[in-house]
Amino acid sequence: MSASALLSQFLQLAIALLLAPLVVGWVNQCRALLSNRSAPPITLPYRTIRKLFIKDAIVATGASPIFRITPYVVFGAMCAAAAIVPSLATDLPFARAADAIALVGLFALARVFIALAAMDIGTAFGTLGARREMFIGFLAEPALLMVLFTASLISGSTSLPSIVDTLAHRELAIYPSLALAGVAFTMVSLAENARIPIDNPATHLELTMIHEAMTLEYSARHLALIEWAAALKLFNYSCIGIAIFFPFGIAEGGNWQAILAAVPVLVFKLAIGGFLLALIETVSAKMRIFRAPEFLGTAFLLAVLAMLVNLLLGS
Amino acid sequence: MDLRPFDFVLAAIAAWVAIGVLGLARPRDLRYISRLLFPAGALVGLGLAIAAFNAIGSLPEFTILPLGLPGLPFHLRIDPLSSFFLVLLGVAAAPISIFSAGYFRSGGGAAPGLLCFQYHVFLAAMALVMIADDAYAFMVAWETMALASYFLVTTDHRIPEIRRAGFLYLLIAHVGAIAILLCFGVLQGGTGDYTFGSMRSLVLTGAWPTAAFILALAGFGAKAGLLPLHVWLPEAHPAAPSPVSALMSGVMLKTAIYGLLRVTFDLLHAQLWWWGVLALALGLATALFGVVFAAAQTDMKRLLAYSSIENIGIIVAGIGLAIVFKSYDKTLLAAIALTAALYHSLNHAFFKSLLFLATGSVLHATKERSLGKLGGLIHRMPWVAWLALVGTLAIAGLPPLNGFVSEWLLLQAFLFTPGLPQSFVNMLVPVVAAALVLAVALAAYVMVKFYGIIFLGRPREPNLAYARDAGHLERIGLVWLAAGCVLLGLFPVNVIRFLDPVNIMLIGTGVGANAGNWLLLAPISASRSSYSPLIVLVVIVVVVLLTIQIVHRYYHGRVRRAPPWDCGFPAQTPRMQDTAEGFGQPIRQVFEQFFRIERHLPSPFDQAPRYSLKAGDHLWHWIYLPIARGADAIARFAGLIQQGRIAVYLTYSFVTLLALLFFVQ
Repeated sequence: MSASALLSQFLQLAIALLLAPLVVGWVNQCRALLSNRSAPPITLPYRTIRKLFIKDAIVATGASPIFRITPYVVFGAMCAAAAIVPSLATDLPFARAADAIALVGLFALARVFIALAAMDIGTAFGTLGARREMFIGFLAEPALLMVLFTASLISGSTSLPSIVDTLAHRELAIYPSLALAGVAFTMVSLAENARIPIDNPATHLELTMIHEAMTLEYSARHLALIEWAAALKLFNYSCIGIAIFFPFGIAEGGNWQAILAAVPVLVFKLAIGGFLLALIETVSAKMRIFRAPEFLGTAFLLAVLAMLVNLLLGS
Repeated sequence: MDLRPFDFVLAAIAAWVAIGVLGLARPRDLRYISRLLFPAGALVGLGLAIAAFNAIGSLPEFTILPLGLPGLPFHLRIDPLSSFFLVLLGVAAAPISIFSAGYFRSGGGAAPGLLCFQYHVFLAAMALVMIADDAYAFMVAWETMALASYFLVTTDHRIPEIRRAGFLYLLIAHVGAIAILLCFGVLQGGTGDYTFGSMRSLVLTGAWPTAAFILALAGFGAKAGLLPLHVWLPEAHPAAPSPVSALMSGVMLKTAIYGLLRVTFDLLHAQLWWWGVLALALGLATALFGVVFAAAQTDMKRLLAYSSIENIGIIVAGIGLAIVFKSYDKTLLAAIALTAALYHSLNHAFFKSLLFLATGSVLHATKERSLGKLGGLIHRMPWVAWLALVGTLAIAGLPPLNGFVSEWLLLQAFLFTPGLPQSFVNMLVPVVAAALVLAVALAAYVMVKFYGIIFLGRPREPNLAYARDAGHLERIGLVWLAAGCVLLGLFPVNVIRFLDPVNIMLIGTGVGANAGNWLLLAPISASRSSYSPLIVLVVIVVVVLLTIQIVHRYYHGRVRRAPPWDCGFPAQTPRMQDTAEGFGQPIRQVFEQFFRIERHLPSPFDQAPRYSLKAGDHLWHWIYLPIARGADAIARFAGLIQQGRIAVYLTYSFVTLLALLFFVQ
């Protein structure tokens, strides 16, 4: 493990932490512009997080320690995930400790903790949110894993840097398996990041909430960490998508110039991805919760189909 | 005289039997039994585990005990496969025994001495199953195990449902035993020699190996709870006292896995690929069925029993995959799949025992088994709650705990299937992997339901406020099992090295040599896949601690306590939390076809409207009830000739004699 590899690892983590709220701000701005509203400033998520850190934390009387450690655990899991998804460079020492399957495991760890914390206070909305989140999760998690498996089958490795190394060097052609996996991945990302059509991040109606319902009781620094972790999750999903479907421009090896050059490329890709996300959210409507299995089941089947196509055609 | 590890194993079995007999000496003396005999049994379990641990790397050893019928002595043998399962038995039995020492109370059910006898005979019989080297000794031990566990299940025999559950268990155990007996009959191949040594040297031809495998799958599947022979499991496991449920679920189901491995890989010479596909399909169907039913349960022990069905399904799927790979001579991949199956067996012994024991503590503290009447116990029972959290996260397959490692290994084995000559099998693999992943993801749902409803939220009943935490002995047992879940999760390479002799014996290739160093697990090669739970844990912990430090230093750590906000709704009651039915409802709705649902809806004019819903098992109605009805009809027909008058029976004898005379002529 070289010093430059360590440096690129820390640089990538720092960029993820800093850039994640910006992505959320950008998506919100695009949404506002697309729906012809005046947009909030792009730095609003930073200000919200800072404001929340300053406030006094209020914890419900019946809360157990699980409620208080959950924001930290969720944040920690998302940071670990950000460290293994190759967003800037593929020479990541930490990525050897956790491959694609472990990445899905980290997301599941965060999900289980936040669901447990939601049940901890014992309110009706909290348990409702926990139930719905686990419900979405049990369908989305396998679909995500199948997408990652398709990429693993192409590259013969479940390690994310190896996947990027292989996929970045293929010839520029549309792989049928990757096309199917891409559609499935988009659907899963929408569901996992509490986006329309599964959930609405901007809703104020508790009965329709999923992610927000779980965090209703959180305030101040706990809420700040949860919001930041949610932003990191969106960032991570975007970077997984970029790494599998558009891996060009990610630095290979510990070359300084390449890593620095990868930063604007990443920002450019994220900007486009954020715009597309806002576009999808603007043109689609939220589904009833019991339509979600159809949506996610389709994603799951598409991902399995991607694997089958890959095995049949070898591409 | 040189003492071999095998002698210690035999001594441990004898010691268990002796402890059981000592329990009968003073059957009503609870202090003597719980303070002396059960802890002694735990020590014996530990000794057995150490002895078997030392035996795993060495060559097989034989011995012949002059027990049993004249001319039919017990042939015993210890080899890596038996050593592994003996270690599993020892390390799981020791904490369960310690827990039992604090658990069993006087009053209700069987006398403590009798319980102690049955319990230790059960342990000894399981150990004997694993070292038996002829069909005779195996069947004797197998039946002793079944009977001892039957009596343990029916400890509270005054309750009719428990008697019924015990009967069902005994019935299916015997159906399974018949299949196993027939399997050994096929394996001896007409030589009349029932020792495993002779079966090993015999090469069966034609359809006989297939017959033996199918019989073994049916026989051991009945014990393991494979579809469609699973019906006894959700009845018998909840009926038993919690330590016994833990033992049955954590260890006894593994004797079936042991038997299946022994017959398939050791006694049979070659494996056919479609056996593997059969086991794979059966295992996955079982896993999905188990987890979907677990999501719908409202009784905490039934929920765990269904979750055991799921885990056994995953283990059998791993064995099936190993058979497929072995039949195509991909020995490294076969070894990985088998490692995953064995690893998962070991993991399941830890986390399922832990959770069953935790439900035992909850049951003692609250007298309540229904999830809908629990809640908020983390405040009253912090030890049980926090230790159960470890088990919950482990069984949900989350890194960095142990459940994740075995699932990771199994998925790795699936992922590198391409390249098998049979394209049909190649195509099957993604579908199968998808089903496996679905089952694993659903397990997380089930475990959040289990933990959240029992331990989190607000107490749903007022008397839960008097619940008391587990005692010291119970805590020792729980801490041991929870520590096992963590250690098995953090040091996978050491565990795989320890498992390797079994792989070498059954498959011919090991994984341990190139499984990576102690920090990094890389079963095939580091560039293909690697995983290091320790680093993952350290990174998460460091990030968490740093965040806490930074936030508290640069901002503040002030906390105010206030009533829950809950969107400003003031009249909150604990009954507004999700019940177990409510939490499982989405799964029940999505997988409605899995259940046989009987709904009773109230009419608009009902004075006291009631809604009831029963989610039953199709297989029970499709398979078991028709058989039961058939047996009933035959019995009724046979009953026609039973008149109960002596003259009629004399007439029968007379007619029979006449008929015989006619034929002899």
